[in-house]
Amino acid sequence: MNALRRNVLKGAAGAGTVAVAVAAGLLKPTLAMAVAPRSAFDTKNLADAMSGLGSAPADSKDIVVKAPDIAENGAVVPVEVISSIPGTTSIAIIAEKNTTPLVAQFDLMGGTEGFISTRIKMGSTALVRAVVTAGGKNYTTAKEVKVTIGGCGG
Amino acid sequence: MAEPMRIRATMAGDVADVKVLMNHPMETGLRKDAKTGQLVPALFITTVTASINGASVLNSGFGTGISKNPYLGFKVKGAKAGDKVVVNWTDNSGDKNTAEATIG
Amino acid sequence: MKQKIITNLLTGMVGVGIALGAATAHATPEADRQALTKYFTEKYPNIKVDDYVFGALAFDPDSMSQYKAIMEFPPYEADIDKGRKLWETPFKNGKTYADCLPNGGKQIAGNYPMFDDAKGKVVTLHDAINACRTANGEEAYKVSDMKTMGLLTAYMRTLSDGMLMNIKVEGPKATEAYEDGKKSFFSRAGQLNFACSSCHVQNAGNRLRSELISPAIGQAVHWPVFRGGDNLVTLQSRYEGCYKSVRAISAPQGGDKLNNLEYFHSSLSNGLPMKASVFRK
Repeated sequence: MNALRRNVLKGAAGAGTVAVAVAAGLLKPTLAMAVAPRSAFDTKNLADAMSGLGSAPADSKDIVVKAPDIAENGAVVPVEVISSIPGTTSIAIIAEKNTTPLVAQFDLMGGTEGFISTRIKMGSTALVRAVVTAGGKNYTTAKEVKVTIGGCGG
Repeated sequence: MAEPMRIRATMAGDVADVKVLMNHPMETGLRKDAKTGQLVPALFITTVTASINGASVLNSGFGTGISKNPYLGFKVKGAKAGDKVVVNWTDNSGDKNTAEATIG
Repeated sequence: MKQKIITNLLTGMVGVGIALGAATAHATPEADRQALTKYFTEKYPNIKVDDYVFGALAFDPDSMSQYKAIMEFPPYEADIDKGRKLWETPFKNGKTYADCLPNGGKQIAGNYPMFDDAKGKVVTLHDAINACRTANGEEAYKVSDMKTMGLLTAYMRTLSDGMLMNIKVEGPKATEAYEDGKKSFFSRAGQLNFACSSCHVQNAGNRLRSELISPAIGQAVHWPVFRGGDNLVTLQSRYEGCYKSVRAISAPQGGDKLNNLEYFHSSLSNGLPMKASVFRK
């Protein structure tokens, strides 16, 4: 936690836009600046994973979860989260029916935009949920991704 | 896992578009080895950090749900061509990897 | 007389305007390809022939967008690098593959399979690679081994990306091999009693359970594939897999049966651009 603050402060010493953005991000230096504890990533309980991300999130139309309607292969599902909520400091991705639902959490700083693109594993059809932290509050949107078992793979 | 990461970093206007492909099996610990029938132990990246010219831009935690050979894309406003991007990962065994690229 | 009966029984041929054997004395492989193209484009006027190289993806935007997302930075790049190393490492005698393959191995994959008149049989690209190996004192690779021939061609075939498929069938023996491949393609097999054409001609664009079926034209240009991003499959491994799926015992990879099938099957994709080492589900 301290090491992270040191990095952030080092960033603030840099010139121009980057420093200003970092300074702005420091307004609420609580959970917004820390990645969720390991227990949140290891838990099989969706509610526990969610509470590891901080306060319960409010639904938001300003988050887009770009993911397929039907996954070609549940091992590699492309997911993009685009947040247009000003002051986005963190994006977390949850696959609600995965054995361990919290897939990843990204703390964004130093000018990094509210955008994350990655590929996730999904065990079965489920909601892919994004939890975005902005201005110290949490917001969420989810999209259902269907996962089928293919018939012809040889 | 000592296989090198691949980083592509280009400018789009005043935003640096950074794409990273890591090499890692991302074993969940739930998969059975086809030959031995035993569970393959969990081995997965747990943290990924990135910096531009020494300033942190990303600090992330991964669970087992990120795909094998993790892909990550993010965008940084205010970065410039010629800036140095450094990406680091650590996995649950303590193994580490780092790579850097210059924003083109 | 018997030949005529066999011709009509082969699955899906009559509807397409393709025939086998004696009846093709007046037809050519190019005529076959055109007849099949006409069949597909009449069935699916909104799908461009150019897009047939994407197979089932051309019929489903949701699948296509996943393909594009993954192809932007494929997760198997490290495997292709392994193939590159296999390609560039000289043999014990100091020579390389580039020394014995035409044009240094670049932009040649679309010419294979070809009929080798001297050998009297079809030669695939993998056969040519093995001929290069043995000519230089190395052991031939097993064509079905993904760790050797698979990885090598996962890189080597990319040197032919963009090349148009260009299969030539010239002379009576080549035509015989082509016709043998065509017969395999249109013949029912296995407990499920399906021919290649049952799915990839008669049911292209339809679903078999959850799977969208690709048309036969455009299939042969995009191999090997990395299924799920990490499972390397070559074209003949896929033939074997398809035979297993219909619960048939497949002819061996690299043997005349599958080589002739590949000869016919590749010829159907003449004029379409090659692209190796792509993502599939």
